[in-house]
Amino acid sequence: MYAIVAGGGKVGFYLARELIGQGHEVLVIEKDGARVEAIANDLGNVVLKGNADEASLLADAGANRADVVCAVTGDDEDNLVICQVAKRRFNVPRTVARISNPANERIFRLLGIDATVSSTEIILSVIEQEIPSQSLVPLLRLRHTDVEVVDARLPSDSPLDGTALRDLRLPAESLVAIVIRNGEPIFPGGSTTLRSGDEIITLTRTAHEEALRKAFFLGG
Amino acid sequence: MYVIIIGCGRVGARLATMLVNAGHDVMVLDLSPTSFDRLGSEFAGQTMVGNGIDLDVLIRAGIERAQAFAAVTQGDNRNIMAAQIAKHIYNVPNVVTRIYDPMRQDTFKALGLDAISPTVIGAQVFYSMLTGEESRENV
Repeated sequence: MYAIVAGGGKVGFYLARELIGQGHEVLVIEKDGARVEAIANDLGNVVLKGNADEASLLADAGANRADVVCAVTGDDEDNLVICQVAKRRFNVPRTVARISNPANERIFRLLGIDATVSSTEIILSVIEQEIPSQSLVPLLRLRHTDVEVVDARLPSDSPLDGTALRDLRLPAESLVAIVIRNGEPIFPGGSTTLRSGDEIITLTRTAHEEALRKAFFLGG
Repeated sequence: MYVIIIGCGRVGARLATMLVNAGHDVMVLDLSPTSFDRLGSEFAGQTMVGNGIDLDVLIRAGIERAQAFAAVTQGDNRNIMAAQIAKHIYNVPNVVTRIYDPMRQDTFKALGLDAISPTVIGAQVFYSMLTGEESRENV
């Protein structure tokens, strides 16, 4: 696989190093001369100096044969434009953007970016997994769909305690995949009964998220 | 007409004043509150401190009812992102963007945006004043 990594900061550097370690062909694009030198000293001849949002530079980088472009600079707007140029001008099959503002996930999706990674959002969901709350934590969105995997943790006094899954009033197009109880995964059937404190991993459409939240926390 | 301008630098401030003087309803956004000093104390439009590429800020600024949107911040990519939010997500009818770097002009066209490059326009004016001829290069 040929991967172009735009942005040679810490994220870009370690990403490039991991990808090279996995045997992939990698090119890092970085505008700061000192960073370019530091990366070249460490990883060898895999770095190009310049602005990754400029089409002429991406052409020099061989973007038309790239399998993936990862834009991991520190600025959301730069990462958006880099991915858009890669996609529109060079037909790169997969573009991945790092974002700092979690609200940009939606904007980037609407503007055609294949995937976004938000460290802010990831840290937030890890914190939320530790704190009892009546919220669903989105774990993953399946590529090119509006289907997501969400996590709900029942409170210690859940109204659903003792309810069988078949009696749960779930919204349409929602499927309970796994129930985690005391750290042990249970692959449930209709007769599986829920307990307070259970963690429930569900596949659903994003549109049904609110209905699903009500089903788990307000008993439907 | 309700117009949102992001970036209250020299161009943004002047544009805002011109639009207000022509009777338009204007909202100017900038990250720095001191940038609004450029508008002068008589300015009759609205101002808001905030990031012009933040959806919540744009909604509070009234993007859903804006008829025109100008992106004139110092950052080309910030302008590109803001213009796309206005045009493709909120369907603002008239969106114009400033870019400094002519290398990015092709990107703008590919993204379906209308852009003005003061770099290109300035060079053309200089060219015609120095030579007495119109430049034959494309804008």
